Amino acid sequence: MTATVEAPAPEVGAVPSFQVTLKIRRFLPADEDMPTFGEAFVAEPRWDEFTVDVHGTDRVLDALHKIKWEQDGSLTFRRSCAHGICGSDAMRINGRNRLACKTLLKDLDPGKPIVVEPIKGLPVVKDLVVDMEPFFASYREIMPFLITTGTEPTKERLQSAEQRERFDDTTKCILCAACTSSCPVFWTDGQYFGPAAIVNAHRFIFDSRDEGGTQRLEILNDKEGVWRCRTTFNCTEACPRGIEVTKAIQEVKRAMITRAF
Amino acid sequence: MQTHQYDVVIVGAGGAGMRAALESSTRVRTAVISKLYPTRSHTGAAQGGMCAALANVEEDNWEWHTFDTVKGGDYLVDQDAAEVMAKEAIDAVLDLEKMGLPFNRTPEGRIDQRRFGGHTRNHGEAAVRRSCYAADRTGHMILQTLYQQCVKNDVEFFNEFYVLDLLVDHDLATGDVPEGEEVNASGVVAYELATGEIHVFQAKAVVFATGGAGKIYKTTSNAHTLTGDGMALAYRRGIPLEDMEFFQFHPTGLAGLGILLSEAARGEGGILRNADGERFMERYAPTIKDLAPRDIVARSMANEVREGRGAGPNKDYVLLDLTHLEPAHIDAKLPDITEFARTYLGIEPYTEPVPVYPTAHYAMGGIPTNIDGEVLRNATDVIKGLYAAGEVACVSVHGSNRLGTNSLLDINVFGKRAGRSAAAYAAAAPFVELPQDPAVSVEADLERIRTRADGERVADIRRDLQETMDANAQVFRTSESLTQALADIKALRTRFEAVSVQDKTRTFNTDLLEAVELGFLLDIAETVVVGALNREESRGGHFREDFPDRDDARFMQHTMAYRRPLAASGADAAVPGSDAAFRRAETFDGYQVVLGAKPVTVTRYQPMERKY
Repeated sequence: MTATVEAPAPEVGAVPSFQVTLKIRRFLPADEDMPTFGEAFVAEPRWDEFTVDVHGTDRVLDALHKIKWEQDGSLTFRRSCAHGICGSDAMRINGRNRLACKTLLKDLDPGKPIVVEPIKGLPVVKDLVVDMEPFFASYREIMPFLITTGTEPTKERLQSAEQRERFDDTTKCILCAACTSSCPVFWTDGQYFGPAAIVNAHRFIFDSRDEGGTQRLEILNDKEGVWRCRTTFNCTEACPRGIEVTKAIQEVKRAMITRAF
Repeated sequence: MQTHQYDVVIVGAGGAGMRAALESSTRVRTAVISKLYPTRSHTGAAQGGMCAALANVEEDNWEWHTFDTVKGGDYLVDQDAAEVMAKEAIDAVLDLEKMGLPFNRTPEGRIDQRRFGGHTRNHGEAAVRRSCYAADRTGHMILQTLYQQCVKNDVEFFNEFYVLDLLVDHDLATGDVPEGEEVNASGVVAYELATGEIHVFQAKAVVFATGGAGKIYKTTSNAHTLTGDGMALAYRRGIPLEDMEFFQFHPTGLAGLGILLSEAARGEGGILRNADGERFMERYAPTIKDLAPRDIVARSMANEVREGRGAGPNKDYVLLDLTHLEPAHIDAKLPDITEFARTYLGIEPYTEPVPVYPTAHYAMGGIPTNIDGEVLRNATDVIKGLYAAGEVACVSVHGSNRLGTNSLLDINVFGKRAGRSAAAYAAAAPFVELPQDPAVSVEADLERIRTRADGERVADIRRDLQETMDANAQVFRTSESLTQALADIKALRTRFEAVSVQDKTRTFNTDLLEAVELGFLLDIAETVVVGALNREESRGGHFREDFPDRDDARFMQHTMAYRRPLAASGADAAVPGSDAAFRRAETFDGYQVVLGAKPVTVTRYQPMERKY
């Protein structure tokens, strides 16, 4: 038995607590300066299990913190805001990409260990931390900024509520990489721009104020561009912000054919 | 160790830091050093909007905005700074729109505006629609838009680098720098998280934009990474911290969790109710009710709970009621915060009121600056080449209580000003020589913690700090509670001397950095508590039950907290205009906290009783 649900505490209003076990993928690169490890140290990934007491409102991030703060300070992961807006703590939880701070433990099966791994397709730096540089490099390539020509108006540019609504969904992106690192095409071909970069291109291509759509479509018409998408919908399922990622990619593909956006 | 040289180094890549970078990087060689990837910064968590008197939907002007800001801050606001902010707000919003920020729109296609706490028409007559917004993710859009512009302008970032020391040619913390002696910043020392390597950045101008320090409290809307780093680094170099006792508690944190639910919920018509279903804000602020400023609403909520009218099984929270609003309206204007209620509490806001309680949210105080972002070393003199903007700074536009939306405004207006000032200064100034062995003390401190075999756990000390701050220095304070907090902090400092970490590696050692951040939190907490003990009055976010009234005769001045050696008299802390009310020194192990005062700048508004 690796996890049990205890009877709720008797006093009124107490949040029920229970035990969970987390099975976490660990990795530390070889570091020859480090006397701690000695000559025998080899950089091999391994699995560690930890059991912690948690409350009904606790999230996977709370359990990771409990482990780090009470059991093993060397457990390493990124986090910041802890409520799903900064995009630091995307990880693979029970085989699915999620934000640790938005995944409630009570919503996972407490009867089995919760399996936590780094997101896939990016080099692992240590434990659950991956190198985000390749991800941000793709993002930068699609020119993720408003492109306009001519003189600027003295006041705001006008945009109707409908025009604003057209790209609302893709403005929600927090660049957590949950989508890109859930994409089977990205796993096998790290050169593929990936869903997040296309989502951010979409955000500008369909913004009525933007005049850089043609340039962005040219970039994404590349052999590593939108045509690599196999429509598996992993990205849409992975997005912690509820963005319809696959739909956005389809809209970019359609725009490329029709040149209408 | 690596050494770098830039004209301007900006520390922090949230809204203020990136806004400064956009100004500075087009003029002089600029680097931005950030402990997070820029898009992880906490500006992204701001929700409700950014006020500017655009008058797009109803009559408004910047003078009314200035008045609201001054009154909202309970007259501790420097009125020249508030005027600058309210005037420049209009261009700040238009700048963001031109950069591509997707504001919500009016039927005419202009930037839409909505009501927000404390923002009124004609000096308090009624709530005014002044907040420009993008649903309830305005901060997210600002952060993304500024980052996009930084990508466009090829701004150079050093991501996941922790700045651990500020380099100056005269260390004010020694207490023996003569009055009038020129003090210059010369750079910073940073730690690269990925490798554990130390980097020294020499710079003609340094801009601190490191954000807040909400993690001194247990219940907070702030990110785990908001540990007051920039404030503490300045303080350790003998630079004063201003008005640290004023900490804002946001009324509507998700009960038990502290996660922020925007004031926009009330701006869009949400109502606070107690266990009896009563709209209790009618009793506390009859004119603008639920849209009273945050300090008043937070105190009213805490009072309802104290008097037994709290909701829930433990009667320890109140309810934010949105059930009378159309679901379509909620989805259009408040999508993120209603999702928080669903995700974290399993509450459906369409049909059920949401449990809420005040949560530590914003430091009104910080590193003192003038309106050009130049850092002050006392009440009057600047440090050359050192700038600060945003929550880390105290300019002071928020006085003793910040109005909602004015933080997003602050970072844009004063981030821009600081970036411009720093670039202009660096364009003309020479490099200042670095101290001998500039990184030696940082390296020694890190090694001591990293290699200590066995000692106190970081998490235990931090939890005890956060618990005493929540219990003793929160919405209601007394001499007794603050004295307890002070004793606790002193004891925690002693325990911190023996802190150790389990992770002994150099690769991405967050265990080690959490220990360093805990040191910053202890510094910040001591300035909050000493300032709060000294301020024997109630004003804005600082409420003393033993001194429930505002006392303009004694306390209408800014608190300045200086760290000085035990032997020093704190000579440069005694400033002209400071009266006996601010002469206080508190002894810690090895140093003292010396208080001084700084006059409030009053231009057009004399203090009045603050009623809403």
